[in-house]
Parts: sequence; structure tokens; C-alpha cells
Amino acid sequence: MSNFIFQALNGLSSAMFLWLVAAGLTVAFGVCGILNVAHGSLYMMAAYFAFTSFQILGFNFWLSLVFALIGAGIIGFLMERFFLRRIYDQPIEFQLILTFAFILVFDNLTKMIWGTMLIIPTMPSLFQGTIPIVGRPFPIYNLFIIFAGIAVGLIIWVILSKTWWGMKLRAAASQREMANAIGINIPTLFTAAFVFAALLAAIGGALSTPIRVCDSGVGGAVIIQAFVVTVIGGLGSLKGAFVGALIIGVIGALCTLYVPFIELFVLYLIMAVVLIIRPQGLFGGER
Amino acid sequence: MTRLKDILGLSIKRHRSQLCWLAAFIIFLFILPLFSGDYVLYMVMRIAILCLLSYSVNLLLGYTGLLSFGQAGFYACGAYACGKVLLAGTSLLPGIFIGVAVAAIVAIILGFFCVRHTAIYFAMITLAFGMMIFSLAEKWVEFTGGDDGLIGIPRASLNFFYLFSIKMNTIPAYYYFAIVVTLIAIYFLYRILHSPLGLIFQGIRDSETRVSFVGISVRKSRLICFTIAGIYAGLGGALFAPLEQTITPSTSHWITSADPIIATLLGGMYSFSGPIVGSVVYFLLKDIIVRLTMNWMLILGTIIIILVLAFRGGVMGAFHAYLSPRLK
Repeated sequence: MSNFIFQALNGLSSAMFLWLVAAGLTVAFGVCGILNVAHGSLYMMAAYFAFTSFQILGFNFWLSLVFALIGAGIIGFLMERFFLRRIYDQPIEFQLILTFAFILVFDNLTKMIWGTMLIIPTMPSLFQGTIPIVGRPFPIYNLFIIFAGIAVGLIIWVILSKTWWGMKLRAAASQREMANAIGINIPTLFTAAFVFAALLAAIGGALSTPIRVCDSGVGGAVIIQAFVVTVIGGLGSLKGAFVGALIIGVIGALCTLYVPFIELFVLYLIMAVVLIIRPQGLFGGER
Repeated sequence: MTRLKDILGLSIKRHRSQLCWLAAFIIFLFILPLFSGDYVLYMVMRIAILCLLSYSVNLLLGYTGLLSFGQAGFYACGAYACGKVLLAGTSLLPGIFIGVAVAAIVAIILGFFCVRHTAIYFAMITLAFGMMIFSLAEKWVEFTGGDDGLIGIPRASLNFFYLFSIKMNTIPAYYYFAIVVTLIAIYFLYRILHSPLGLIFQGIRDSETRVSFVGISVRKSRLICFTIAGIYAGLGGALFAPLEQTITPSTSHWITSADPIIATLLGGMYSFSGPIVGSVVYFLLKDIIVRLTMNWMLILGTIIIILVLAFRGGVMGAFHAYLSPRLK
């Protein structure tokens, strides 16, 4: 039983990375209507930025996080402003292919800049150490990740439902023409929404560096998991993304413990079954 | 002449120049082994296999309007089934047939669930099924050999009802086999797409509602389309297994599914010859870029971005739009 609880907690902390990436994916999809296959690459770029700043340049943990956010934000801005904006009115197939091309570009760029090595820097001294849970040492950092993920969730909720900007965002997401007609600058808002989405992925990427291995192919792996999460929760639903991340994170971790060989299979099976029975996902509205 | 026209299903008068080009192309393929080395033949076979896979993708994407991220799954089904049969020591044809049959059966079963969806949900469910096949290929070690894959698949000889037997152990021999099979397969697809069924597919792409108003079951037509696409991917895989003599799980990964999508886009998805042109261009481009620079993904990615933003019709689309009128 203590194994179960311990592994479930581990799953909870990896669920938070999934949640952060899936949340960004959901915001970009819900507002701009674009399913960004390269969203995992933003996570990866942020991880590299944080690594460079923390390990190579020697800045502290929080400053590295800020640098990673700025870097990923700029990349997101450039992507939306110069490329994605041109294909909003195209069929979804072209959006998927275009953003897939960005995976190739980002993967190659990271290989050119950082080489093909795996990166995993030392744990910042602030988070070194463990606390005992069910009689076993649980890393403080994993606990921090769980709280950070929940905190970011709360912040997103406050921004979207309590601020003026969030209200405009929701207006644009549900009625684009109407929002435009009442004077909301849609193109600027879309750029801002996409940058916001990029920042969410970047938080995940930057926070992942001390405990997760990162290499130039991680963008593709992360986006597939994020797809699984968003599909289960319902495309375009933030609540769904959170619950989906919890389900996938915890089930994934428990599978690793009990049935390690079919872990991947189980995850994709869940995704397929949800799509067959309830294609709009657990929390999605009518499609 | 009318009879020949009927048999070939081509309007000879209108397409005389096209037929000349086609004949020249086929003759070129057949005399190629006389003056080129094994590497060129190997390349052409890889292009032919990519071409089959691209047709599988384009049947869904260009003709029926569905983007599949899971075609590599059927490709792997064909490759693994063919590999297993050949490893059991049969001749070549049973291997190919069983490879195709397994892919077709898997396509019918999975297609039953997939064709209920369109657009993004179709892309997602095909991705899920494709990755399920991938995780099976990777983890079901007893059957698939796990990460190492199936090794030492024999390029078995071609026995034809005990009448004659052709050895396939040399590259040129297998080249002729692969090219003939590919050409026949493409011809069949041409006939299918220029039949009423093909028109139904395009009708579904353009307006689902109208097709169902005419009294045609959209879902059933999509399932037929999905199955044919699965068969073509499976055939590609079945030809791939004896060629490479090794199959690894990466054949079924979603990244493998992206190759034919790019090739199709490159060639042009609304033209029948698009996937052929695209496969040739994609393969040569990749070969040339890999020789010149380490950063082929960067260049390939940039090319795709330019294609999607500026030339959505691909090479053939640009040809029809700009060159073709001027040649007349």
C-alpha cells in the first residue's frame, strides 16, 4: 500500500508537467483554434534556456526560470506573428503539418546550439533534500512541482475569469466576429494568447530540468503525451486538461510500478477508448 | 482501339502526350538496372515504397479529406506479418499476401472506429491506434523481437505454383519484383479513383451532406477508403521487409507517418501523380541535403513551412497552375 501511495505521488508530480503543457495547448486551441504540434518544442526550448542559464551561466533558479519564460515567449510571438497567423482560415490539416515542420526546425536548432547530449543539471540547493512520506523519502522538489502546478492552475483561472483581459479572451474564443465587432483587436489578442500558451509550456519545461532528462527529441515525446491528455479531458477545456493530466500522470506512474511493459499501450488505449465513446472528452462541450 | 481504351480505362486521344510520358517512364524504370549500380536500385525501391505509403495517405487526405497520423501502423503490420511469414521459410508471394491481408484486417477493425470522426478527431484517433501498434511492436518481445526488431528476414525466392522459381537474393531481381508490384498497385488505384467510388470519395471531401443526400452511406464509403489506404500502406511494408531484411519498431512510430504526409504535400495532394512526384522529390532532396549538411531537418522543415504558406498545391499544383497552360 505504501508503494501505491508513493508511486501515485510521483505520478502526481509528473502529471503537473503534462498539465502545464496541455494547458498551453488548450489555450492556443481554444482561443486561436490552432492545434500546435510544436507546443512540445516550446517546452523543450524553455528547458534548454533554463539549463543554459542555470548550469552554464550560473544564474540562480528563479532567474533561470524568468529567462526561459522570456525566451519561449519571444519564440511564441515570432511563430504566431509571422507564420500561424497566415493559416488560421486554412483546414486543420495544414495547421498540423505547418506546426509539425516547426518540430523539425526546433529539434535541429537545439542540436546545432547544444549538441546531442542529454541535459540534467544539478538540483538547486534550495530544493535539495527529502521529506518522509509513508515512511519513504520523497524529494522536496517533486512536492514543489505539485504545488507549482496547482498554483499555475489557480493563476490561469483568475486571469481567465476575473480579469478584463481574460474576459476578452473568452469572448474571442466563443464568438470571434462578435468580439471583433465590439472593438476587441483580435489579431493582437491572438498573438497575446499564443504567447500566454507558450509561457505555460515554458514553465513546464523550465521546471522539468532538475529532474527530467531533456534532449533534442523531447518535444515530440511531450506533445504526444499532451495530445493524450487534452483528448481525454476534451479539446479546448482547461478543466479537462487538468483532470486528464492527473489521470494520465497517475495511471502512467502506477503502470510503471505494476505492469511496466504495457504502460504506453494502456495510455493510448485510454485515449482511443475516450475518442470512441466520448469524442468530445470528459469535460468538452458539444463539438 | 476502343477495346484497348476500355481495358486501360484511359481516354487515349486526350491523354496521348501523357501516355507517351508514362510509357517512357516505365521503360526507363525497366532498363535502369542495365546501367546503374545496386545503390541506385535500392534508392528507387525505397522511393517506390514511400510512394505506396504516400498513396495510402493521399487517398485519405487528398481524396477524402482525412489526415491520418497512423498510417505507419498499417505499414508496420504489413512489414511484421510479411517478415514473420518469410522467417518461417515460405516463398516470397505468401509473405507479401499475408502482409497485405493482415494490414487490411487491422484497417477494417480500426477503421470501424476511426471513420466516425473527421478532421482533428480523426487525426487524433489514428494517432492513438498507430502508437498502440508502436507500443506493441516495442514491448511484445516474444513476437516482434522488441527494440531489436525482426532480424535476418530472408529475401525468399519467388515460386509460382511449383511451375518456376526465381531467386530474389540479388538486388536487381528484387528490384524488378518490387517495381512491377508497385506499378500494378498504382494502376489499380488509378482505376479505383476514376471509378464511381473515387468520385464518392471526392464528394465526401467537398461536401459530406450532399453525398449523404444522394443516398450514399458516408461512413461505409469512408471505411472502404480507410481499408484501401491500409492495404496500400501494408503493401509498402510487405515490400519493405524483404528489402531491408530487418524491421524495427520505429517503422510504426508516428514520425514515420509524417514522411508520406510531407511527400504528398510536396508533390501535390489534389493530383493523382502528386504522391509519385512528391516521393521522388522528397527522397532525392533528403539524400542530397544529408550529403551536404548535418542539418537536414532544419532545411526540410523550412521547405515544408514555405510549401504550406505559399504552395499548398505542391509541385504538381504549381505545374498545373503555371506551366501547363503555357505549354499548350
